[in-house]
Amino acid sequence: MADLRINIAGVELENPVVTASGTFGFGREYGEFFDPGELGAIAVKGLTLNPREGNRSPRIAQTPAGILNSVGLQNPGVENFIKFELPDLKKHSAKIIANMSGNTIEDYCSMADRLSGTEVDMLEMNISCPNVKQGGVAFGTDASTVHKITSEVRKYAKKPLIVKLSPNVTDICEMAKAAEAGGADALSLINTILGMKIDIHTRRPVLANNVGGLSGPAVMPVAVRMVWQVASAVKLPVIGMGGIMSAEDAIEFLLAGASAVAVGTGMFKNPMLPVAVKNGIGEYMDQNNIKKVSELVGAVRVYE
Amino acid sequence: MQTGGTEVAYLKSIQECEIISIEQIAPQIFDMWVKNDVLAAQARPGQFVHIDCGDATDNFLRRPISICDVKSNAVRILFEVKGSGTAALACKKAGDVLDMLGPLGNAFTVLEQYRRPLIIGGGIGIFPLYLLAKQFSEAQVFLGFRCCERVVMEQDFKNVAKELHITTDDGSYGYHGYAVELLERKLAAKEGDIIYACGPLPMLRATKALAEKYNVKCQLSMEQRMGCGIGACLVCTCETTSKGANHYKRVCKNGPVFWSDEVTLNG
Ligand SMILES: Cc1cc2nc3c(=O)[nH]c(=O)nc-3n(C[C@H](O)[C@H](O)[C@H](O)COP(=O)(O)OP(=O)(O)OC[C@H]3O[C@@H](n4cnc5c(N)ncnc54)[C@H](O)[C@@H]3O)c2cc1C
Ligand SMILES: Cc1cc2nc3c(=O)[nH]c(=O)nc-3n(C[C@H](O)[C@H](O)[C@H](O)COP(=O)(O)O)c2cc1C
Repeated sequence: MADLRINIAGVELENPVVTASGTFGFGREYGEFFDPGELGAIAVKGLTLNPREGNRSPRIAQTPAGILNSVGLQNPGVENFIKFELPDLKKHSAKIIANMSGNTIEDYCSMADRLSGTEVDMLEMNISCPNVKQGGVAFGTDASTVHKITSEVRKYAKKPLIVKLSPNVTDICEMAKAAEAGGADALSLINTILGMKIDIHTRRPVLANNVGGLSGPAVMPVAVRMVWQVASAVKLPVIGMGGIMSAEDAIEFLLAGASAVAVGTGMFKNPMLPVAVKNGIGEYMDQNNIKKVSELVGAVRVYE
Repeated sequence: MQTGGTEVAYLKSIQECEIISIEQIAPQIFDMWVKNDVLAAQARPGQFVHIDCGDATDNFLRRPISICDVKSNAVRILFEVKGSGTAALACKKAGDVLDMLGPLGNAFTVLEQYRRPLIIGGGIGIFPLYLLAKQFSEAQVFLGFRCCERVVMEQDFKNVAKELHITTDDGSYGYHGYAVELLERKLAAKEGDIIYACGPLPMLRATKALAEKYNVKCQLSMEQRMGCGIGACLVCTCETTSKGANHYKRVCKNGPVFWSDEVTLNG
């Protein structure tokens, strides 16, 4: 039997399959379809310091091989998460990744501080959010800001800190290096790609927010490329995601350099997808006589 | 499924549904029966199924369709062809197998103290109301359609309702006007003890206003674009209000049915 265990920044996951933040809530709903204990880790819905209602609906549009979403970070806030969601999440063997969003560096620091005192296993900082002090430009689109926010939050984070990179940048490696220099323990990518869908009959955007984040199979080649570039540019472990629909897709990410993979939008089509991905990786390893999943990580043989 | 050596029975799984029959009953409207024991055993009026309509390129998202009727081991759905997903469904044949999640969502609340319902529906919103009307012996049903050729399920509703009123916007069949106009007449005559509604937003808004005016309990079934369909992704919200504060609730999980005084109908 293949050994699926993988170590990310000192945290050992039973297997490399994670559920992507925002697609899995706090595990209750998909937990009716499969045992969340089958997962290596669960990245919970993006948390903010205070509860947030999010954007108006419609918040979803279907696009070729994917979707746009504009949820706008609806969540119960970090305190309600700790009180009402975390205890049940910790009943499973899956590691818990608390995904954090904010509009100021102070927001992230307070959350990192608060969550470090709980049973969460890792912190994931979503830096695709608008920085209100800098005219709403996303934190993750400027290397010096990425360095600053990472090093500030680092001071409060007593758990491994994952920085989740935005793909809406010219050079993702620059951001990855800035996060590494700022003290990140791991990186995750990609977040959604900003997009838009217009209904030509009403001449209105489908999303009430006009624009939203693209995810699903449409983004996968971009995601694999970015994971490969980032994994080659930094020493940090990478959690790869974007459009995974099968074990084969997940193996591409591993070969590109991801130590673990996250499954997100694909669950909307197949709620059992994370289990299928996990089992499929094991089968591929058995067929190819690979003993440890780490042997696959970054094993793509690129052309000179 | 094995976990730590013990069998754990999960509540939900993907339902494989073999199509028993599919028939076009009006322009763009299809009537389908599928075989599935779990759906048939569990379905309650107002719930829906989330149907995988095919390939991930054109139809990435599942489509929510109401459960219209149930018999021992089968459920009935009716759908209107609008875009690529429903078009793909319309091409299916008896014997084909569909992948559905369900039954999903809450259901209409059917209470002992309210046995004389006024049930109002419009367009594709009439479909979940059939299984609901079957729960009562004294249902008065009001169905609104755009025009004569789009009138469907008239005989079905006649068989289960105490009274059935059909309206068309253009007057080409039944009462010329909106179904809510007939609903108001009944309310003014102090008939009915609860209202159930499903249909386009203007109909729901008018129904909510009538329920307030005549102080009658009222439930509305809401529609919204959905993602996962099970409550995890938070994309299909509707605005609700309680104690002066507004909150977005999930149409797929907290709904699709809401009490009319709970929803703002602002989107
Ligand atoms: C709880 C619920 C019950 C429903 N019951 C029925 C029913 O019994 N019969 C019926 O004909 N229709 C029903 N609908 C509406 C039906 O889901 C949409 O007409 C259908 O999803 C449109 O898909 P399409 O492929 O034809 O259109 P497309 O335009 O190709 O769809 C693109 C995307 O938008 C979504 N979408 C488009 N219009 C709607 C809409 N009005 N509501 C929700 N999502 C939409 C689709 O699901 C899909 O994700 C119901 C909707 C909901 C929310
Ligand atoms: C509905 C939805 C909500 C999301 N919410 C968050 C979030 O709160 N925080 C975050 O970091 N990423 C969020 N994401 C991004 C995903 O975690 C993931 O990075 C992205 O969707 C790409 O993976 P996928 O194609 O497998 O979904 C969300 C994605 C979707 C589809």
